[in-house]
Parts: sequence; C-alpha cells; structure tokens
Amino acid sequence: MALVLNQEQSMLRDSARGLISDKAPVSHLRQLRDARDASGFSRDLWKTFAEMGFSGLLVPEAFGGSGLGCVEAGIVMEEIGRTLMPSPYLATAVLAASALSRGGSDAQKSQYLPKIADGSLLAALAVDEGAKHRPLMTKLQAVRSGNGFRLSGDKAFVVDGHAADLLIVAARSAGAAGERDGLTLFLVDPSAKGIAIERTAMVDAHNAARIVFDDAEVNADGVLGEVDQGFGLLEGVLNIGRAAVAAEMVGLSEEVFGRTVGYLKERRQFGRLIGEFQALQHRAAQLYIEIEITRAAVLKALQTLDGDFNRAGAAVAVAKARAGSTATLAAQEGVQMHGGMGMTDQFDIGFFMKRARVCQELFGDSNFHADQLARMKGY
Amino acid sequence: MSDLEKFRSETRAWLQANCPPEMRRPMTSDGDTFWGGRNTSFSSEPQRVWFERMRDKGWTVPDWPREYGGGGLDAGEAKVLREEMAAIGARSPLSSFGIWMLGPALLKYGTDAQKKEHLPKIAAGLIRWCQGYSEPNAGSDLASLQTRAESDGDDYIINGQKIWTSYANYADWIFCLVRTDAAAKKHDGISFILFDMASKGVSTRPILLISGYSPFCETFFDNVRVPKSHVVGTVNRGWDVAKYLLQHERAMISGMGERGVGRPLGQVAADSVGSDGQGRLEDPMLRGQIATFEIDEAALSAAAERAVDLAKAGQAHPAFSSAMKYYGTELNKRRHEIVMSAGGIDALEWESERSKGGARPRAWLRTKANSIEGGTSEVMLGIVAKRILDLPGA
Repeated sequence: MALVLNQEQSMLRDSARGLISDKAPVSHLRQLRDARDASGFSRDLWKTFAEMGFSGLLVPEAFGGSGLGCVEAGIVMEEIGRTLMPSPYLATAVLAASALSRGGSDAQKSQYLPKIADGSLLAALAVDEGAKHRPLMTKLQAVRSGNGFRLSGDKAFVVDGHAADLLIVAARSAGAAGERDGLTLFLVDPSAKGIAIERTAMVDAHNAARIVFDDAEVNADGVLGEVDQGFGLLEGVLNIGRAAVAAEMVGLSEEVFGRTVGYLKERRQFGRLIGEFQALQHRAAQLYIEIEITRAAVLKALQTLDGDFNRAGAAVAVAKARAGSTATLAAQEGVQMHGGMGMTDQFDIGFFMKRARVCQELFGDSNFHADQLARMKGY
Repeated sequence: MSDLEKFRSETRAWLQANCPPEMRRPMTSDGDTFWGGRNTSFSSEPQRVWFERMRDKGWTVPDWPREYGGGGLDAGEAKVLREEMAAIGARSPLSSFGIWMLGPALLKYGTDAQKKEHLPKIAAGLIRWCQGYSEPNAGSDLASLQTRAESDGDDYIINGQKIWTSYANYADWIFCLVRTDAAAKKHDGISFILFDMASKGVSTRPILLISGYSPFCETFFDNVRVPKSHVVGTVNRGWDVAKYLLQHERAMISGMGERGVGRPLGQVAADSVGSDGQGRLEDPMLRGQIATFEIDEAALSAAAERAVDLAKAGQAHPAFSSAMKYYGTELNKRRHEIVMSAGGIDALEWESERSKGGARPRAWLRTKANSIEGGTSEVMLGIVAKRILDLPGA
C-alpha cells in the first residue's frame, strides 16, 4: 500500500480540518481553561462530530458507524493535534469503540456502539495505576463474588474519566503484577456504588481523572472479552490508542513548526530577519526532517494496524517513540525560537509544549516504547 | 487478483527459482559487491549466475526502458520487486554509479544517440563510471570549479584536476563537470561531459584515507581531447544536469545504511556484552542506544518508502533528497558508533585475521565520509532551509 493518503482519506482530512480549525482553534482550549469549564470540552462540538460521522469512524456499519480504519482515525487525531482541541474523540471514538468492537459480545456491541456512533455515550479506558504506563503491572483487584466480581484499587490518568458514562477497566482477576495471564477487562457504570472519581486538571488543560474502586460490584455481563485473558485485547486497543496519539503529535508538531518558521520570517533583530541566521536555519531544517520522518513512521503504523493487526506492535512502538521525541523537540524549539514571547501565557506556543508533555506519557513514553521494541527484537 | 498482485506472485516465484542461496546472505566484505566494467571479474560463481539472470531480465535497472536494457517496470512494479528482493535478502546484482547517478541524468538530458550508446552498457555492467565533480578548491562550493574545456574544432581540450573521484582507478569512463565559459558567472559557464578514462592525458592517484583504504582518487587531466558531441544537455548549462544528478546521488547515499546490512545490532552487541536471564543486554545504556537507533532506522525506512510514493503521486519536493541524505548519513554514522561501542576492545584490532583485517574500525571510519560526500550535512540543511522552508537570506 502506498504510504500516502488516498483520495477519500484526503477528503476526510479536509473536512476534519475545516471543522476543527473553524470551531476549535487554540483559543477554544484557552476559553475552556480560563472558564474552568465543568466538562473541559464542548458538548455541542461533540454533537457536530457525531453528525459528521467522526465519532463512528471505527464503529462497524452494522452498529451505526462507518467501519473505517486506523488511518482514518489517525487523520482526525492529527487535525485535533493541530489546534489542541479537547475532545472525547480519543477516549470514546478510538479507545472505547475499538475495545467494544474487538472484544465485545453481540449484546455489548448492540448496547454501546450505536450510542458511541451517535455521540450520546462517552466512555473512558482505565489502565494506568502508577506514575508510568505499565499495563502488565496492573494490580487493581477483581475478586469473584456471586454472579460477578468486586473491584478494588486505584486508577489514574483516565482520559475523560470525569465525564464518562461508561468505564472500561483493566483489572487483575488472577496471577501477580507483571504476568500476562490473569488480566480481565470490565465494563463498569461509573455511578455504581464504591466508585469515587476525582477530576484531575492537568498541565495541558485537558481532562483526566483518578478513580478509586472500593469493593465496587460488576456483574458477569460486565466482562469484556475473556476472563483472565484480557491482556491481548487490551494490548491491541492500546496499540490503536498509541498510534492515534502519535498521529495527534504529528499534527501538533507540524503546527508548532509552521508557527515557528513563520516567526523566523517576520521577527527582526540586528537589522535583519532572524530566519537569515544560519544557526536558526539549520535547526529549523533539522526539525523539519525529524517531523517528515516521524510522519512516515506514524502512517506506516496506522496502515499496519489496518492491514496486519497482530504484527503491528513494532511499527506502533516506532511511531509512538518517534512521535514523542519529535513533538518534544518541536515544542522546545518552538518556545526557544519565539524567545521571550514563547514564555508568555498570552502566546499560544506554550499550549503545544504542555500538550506534547502529556501525549508523551499517554500509553507509554519514548523510553517505554524503545524498551518494548528491544524486547520484541530479543535483546 | 490485480495486475500488481499477479506481478508480485510471479516475481516471488522467479526470485525463489533464480536467486542462488549464497546471494541471499548479508554481504560481509567489499568483494561481495559486483561493480562491472571492462576489467571486472566475479568473486564467485553464484555472483556471476545471479548477475547474468538479473541482467537478462533487465532487472539490474528495473525501471529503465527495455530499449536501453532495462526491465520497463512502472514505479509500482519496481517497488514490488524491491520489496520481494528485500523479503528474501537478495543482494543487489550490480552496483554502479552509472545506474545510480549517470543513468537518470542521461534519461532526462541525453540525446537519443547518447542514450543508445551508454545506457545499455551500464545496464549490462560493461562500463564502469566515475564522477568528476569536486576539485581541490571546489568542495561544498562546487560551482567554483576550475577544470577548463577549451574549444578546438569539433573537440574540447580539457585541463585540470578532480579530487575524491570514487574508484577512478577502476573506472572506464567519467562524467565530469568542466568550465566551458570562463567569463560567465560561476553557475553559467559549466558543462557536463563524458569521456573515456583511457584517453591520452588522464591519470589517477589513489588517496590513502583514515580507514587505510583508498576508495577515492585524485584525477588529473593534461590536454585530454574530447569530442563536443559528448556534452550532455546544453553547453554552459551543465549545472542543471549536475544538480539533477546530485539529487540521485543523495538518494543513493541516504540509502547506504540499508545496503549490505549484516546481523542485527542487538545480536552483535549480545555477542560481546552478554545478556541477562531475560535475554536483555547486560549493558542497559547500550541497549537503549540500540533501540533508539532501530526506531530511527525503521522510521527512516518508512520515510524512504513514502518519498518514492510521493514522487509517484507527483507530490514530492525536488529538494527532499537533501533531507533524506542528511538523515540517512548521520544515522549510518550512529550505527557504526554503536557497532564500535558494542565491540569494545575487540573492535579496535586493525590487522588480525580474527578481526578480518580490522573490518569493523575501517568500516566505522569510512562512514565519516557519508556526511561529507555528495554534499555535506551543513549544505543539505542549507538547501532544506532555503528551498523547502523558504527561509530568507543568501
């Protein structure tokens, strides 16, 4: 398959870009942050996303979606990255839609997927527990009880966890932390007894939550996939999420780079445009090259997920690791080359740096994925 | 089944049947590369068989027209062939500056007579070419070159000196930049000309490099007589041809790291530093360096694939080969730094049999030229800054 977008994909990109740049420029995020908005994103805009078919991109046609692939989801994520739009898109339309359509029973699919596609249900994936992403180390306990399970333990960094109507929770139903076997995914009603949700305002003004489970009951219908054998499903869903966040970081990197090069062409010091200085030209050129190479790696990962899902792990690790370091570099160079202006809150560039930091941590940072790749290659 | 899928299955079957097993192993020495030319010989029987089968198929130059000895493949088919060759680790049957550099320039700028004369001989590995570009006082500032060609009836008389002429001492012909108008501005008086290295007045002297090898030469021209019909493109517009060829040269150099790749770095390192109970390298910092390197290498490989696809879709920026050249060469230098670090003191031996005559340190030193030859990294970044990013200034 050619490593370029086809015509339909280019049209999708144009329509996503049109909507997002019009309705949710960076000022949209700034307003939500300054107003301390209760949900942290615009519900009206989410409705528009549903009307345009974006929320159902990964939902199979039989359940009201368009049944498209990761490349298409990545296209929307990249446009979200350009304006840093806070949106339930990642948690609901990418992660939850993938988890349900890949692991759900017919009943579960019928119950939830149409609502994801029509925008009426928000969901969140609860995986992380410690400071770093270590899905194998999941400790949250799921103890059998009657017809179902009782969950006890803590989750953190649950994207959109404060607004979700449905939680997908990774829990340990057997074995010890570090083991592949013994993980189970559960569909949990966040309003159930024994669940306490704390919204955590993050550095990037996006949304996440800490969730404490204290003997919270889930009945057997709430098991997503197989008991004790949930890691494979989780890993697949995480890989989709990783590639999607990598695509967001490509959009972010390109936008911050475009703004920075624009600044080099208008800012004058020492009687000339600062873009004439070779010291800055070479750094800008290096950054451009890093971004182009990362863009290719991310598209490769998205295409591999669509074409050869079970063998996409290495390509995803490459994409997420590259995107993390590229976005970090782009944001740092962006602030540095904007000089003092880059340090002001009034200027948008700092928002990109903050979001890049959060995206690095989401589903494994560059070091995590370098380690993953080394394991896959056997060294 | 689409035509391309059919082509893929036929190609796979043909390669399976025709590529000798010895030609599917990673190259381990310079002798494993076949360069062709008047005075060439094969280092092994499988090398000869593989070369001849590929040549007969036109697949030494798969995407050149059939009339010039090529395979006549379109871009999609050529990509399939590359993929299928890579899948079985098939070596390139013929390495040649004629294929990588001169051929594309002749296809674009050559006359019919020039194409008919030279392209089939390149495709068949009969003539080995070298490149006469740099001079002692024209390195990064290539357009300041001083080798002059003076008109004498139907001929030019060429005098001057070239340097860094790769394998000039083995080459049969040279493609050369000469100054045909000394009065014009520096970019405007240059012509691109071809001549036989056996011509009277041509001499070469290998240059001993830090690797202990001499892949480059100084090449001297003392009243060399060359017919004017050997100019490619328009007289005094040779800079256009030179730049076009440089794009191909840069693409070639950026891919150097991918060619002749031996064992995976993780295994190379495991041999010398050892592994722990979980199979992880005992040296965690080295392990991290290797993983980060392999991430960048995989990403570059995707970018190279994308560059071809963009070109096919007519969306490529002509200066993008400079971006790839910069990254590919810096990455290859990193690879060899890692190989040296992984090898530790074993990689320091320079002469012993055990070290294959110091293969590792010599290869490491050779890579330091990657970011100089074909345009330095700094020149590449300057091109990207000006031509792609449109930054202001000289």
